[in-house]
Amino acid sequence: MNPLRALVLAFGLGFVVLLFRTPKDPRPAVRYLATGVLVAAAAAVVSPFLWLVAAAFKDRSVLNEHVFFPPLGDWSSATLNLDNFRRLFQGDASLTGKVYFSQYVLNSLCVASLSTVLQVLLCSLAGYAFAKYSFAGKGLLLTFMLGTMMIPGVLLFAPVYDMVVRFGFVDSYAALILPGVVTPYGIFLFRQAILSVPNEMIDAGRIDGASEFSIYLKLVMPLVRPLTAAFCLVCFLGSWNAFFGPSVYLHAQQKLTLPVVLNMYLGVYGSDQGVFLAGTLLAIVPPALLFFALEKEFVSGLATGAVKG
Amino acid sequence: MNKRLVPYLFIAPYLALTVVFTIYPLLNAAVLAFYQTNGPASRTFVGIDNFRFLLGDPSFHRALTNTTVFTAASVVLVLPLAMGLAVLLHGRKGRARGFLRLLLFSPNLVGGIFVGILFAVLFTPRYGLMNRALHALFGWGLEERFLGNPALVMPAIVVTALWVSVGFNMIYFLAALQGVDKTLEEAARIDGANRLQVFRYVTLPSMRHVVGFVLVTTVISSFQLFELPLALLASTDGKGPDNSGLTLITYLYDVGFNTGDLGLGSAIGWIVAALIFGVSMIQLKLSGLAREQA
Repeated sequence: MNPLRALVLAFGLGFVVLLFRTPKDPRPAVRYLATGVLVAAAAAVVSPFLWLVAAAFKDRSVLNEHVFFPPLGDWSSATLNLDNFRRLFQGDASLTGKVYFSQYVLNSLCVASLSTVLQVLLCSLAGYAFAKYSFAGKGLLLTFMLGTMMIPGVLLFAPVYDMVVRFGFVDSYAALILPGVVTPYGIFLFRQAILSVPNEMIDAGRIDGASEFSIYLKLVMPLVRPLTAAFCLVCFLGSWNAFFGPSVYLHAQQKLTLPVVLNMYLGVYGSDQGVFLAGTLLAIVPPALLFFALEKEFVSGLATGAVKG
Repeated sequence: MNKRLVPYLFIAPYLALTVVFTIYPLLNAAVLAFYQTNGPASRTFVGIDNFRFLLGDPSFHRALTNTTVFTAASVVLVLPLAMGLAVLLHGRKGRARGFLRLLLFSPNLVGGIFVGILFAVLFTPRYGLMNRALHALFGWGLEERFLGNPALVMPAIVVTALWVSVGFNMIYFLAALQGVDKTLEEAARIDGANRLQVFRYVTLPSMRHVVGFVLVTTVISSFQLFELPLALLASTDGKGPDNSGLTLITYLYDVGFNTGDLGLGSAIGWIVAALIFGVSMIQLKLSGLAREQA
């Protein structure tokens, strides 16, 4: 009898006991069962994360010895240490000299941040134009945008690559950032949010002599903060986790981003799993940090949105 | 500055980039599909040979079958699991609900490549967490090479994808459940319907738009499965033993960017696009979304 099966059995017994205590009213038993299912789902989601953290800090010699962490009594620098991280950061040889893991982290951060800022700026600008201006060709453009949303990205893989190579943008971050920087999806999101900004406010701004761009930046954008925060997260995640673009456009070792490097390490380090697992752990920390930082923003933003008007 | 030009200035970046990175490549994709290329440098016109080749290509057939199996498995497993968890969470109050929602969603912060890398190790014979958990629960699977056995590769991919997608779609269902009219549900309860009947005849019909939406997005994203199997099956070049884990997009990536035949890659791209388009049209019709929105 192993602990996991014992746990499941004990849980089942608890359910039966609850059923028999109140045979007329199955609600406590159902509620107990529901809690059990939720806890099991949570455990299934958490355990790979927990395992990853343990694997990154465990010494090579005990990696496969314990399921997660070694028992508390065995904790020492021989079982848990930063050895995996040390080896991860010792650098890769390349044609242009040693490249360090910190370089890839920096590359990923730069590409993802720049891409996020540009996406938020350009999508919100266009969204604002579609929400608050009337101009010739607007309806046609909206239909056109809906139409382009139907084009699956995979169709454009080959021709965009073909074009980028012809234009000589290989090894340039522009090839990663520009193709997806303004999406109809983003524009529609901002358009919907900005539609609810009162027109009187924008008119008041004009009467006060504000320029059109500063009305957008200083009056409209603060009012759609919750959406901006959520959209930032989506953009950052998309760029940070992107694999296809970096894997085909970047050739120089010192320009690579994390998904490409770690996918490579999977082959390079083979059975020395601790190293690329430590790298994988580091690669999922920044998006998680951003998520927790922004979560408050869009929750509190939603609250202020609710009392408005 | 002329006031009438302002909106055009605001959408100018979008227009310029769309023309360069969507419209022109789209036209180019139509042209490329009729060429055989060796990288972007050289190309030869081959007419419909790319499509003819794919029709008789066993690897393409394999990729199509695998992708279809994955899509079917995703729909059959993800929707009920996501809905089930959403209903259970909906019944909770306050903090526990917020915390669990966040937790179940959290795998979505991890990119497909990283998920693939992580699960490639979790499926290690004897020591992997998956092998250990299966063995502890069912007494089977400890020595199984999930990523090396052609029969077990697809199930391994499906399970890995579930870890991410259930929590994602649960968010939609949870939001939809919160939007269901409470008075309707109460009226049904008063009329003597039990919980299951209320769910079946009141709750579910009033969130059918969201169910339809989740169905369509699940199918579309399943057809484009790419990064996850690429990293998960890295030891077999992202294809799995005997191509058992080859998907349409990993095949496109292989012929287009490893072999360098962008023409054949474009042809696969068109077939995938046609499949996605066809499936979404059928689903739109079936769910009656098209009719009701007209």
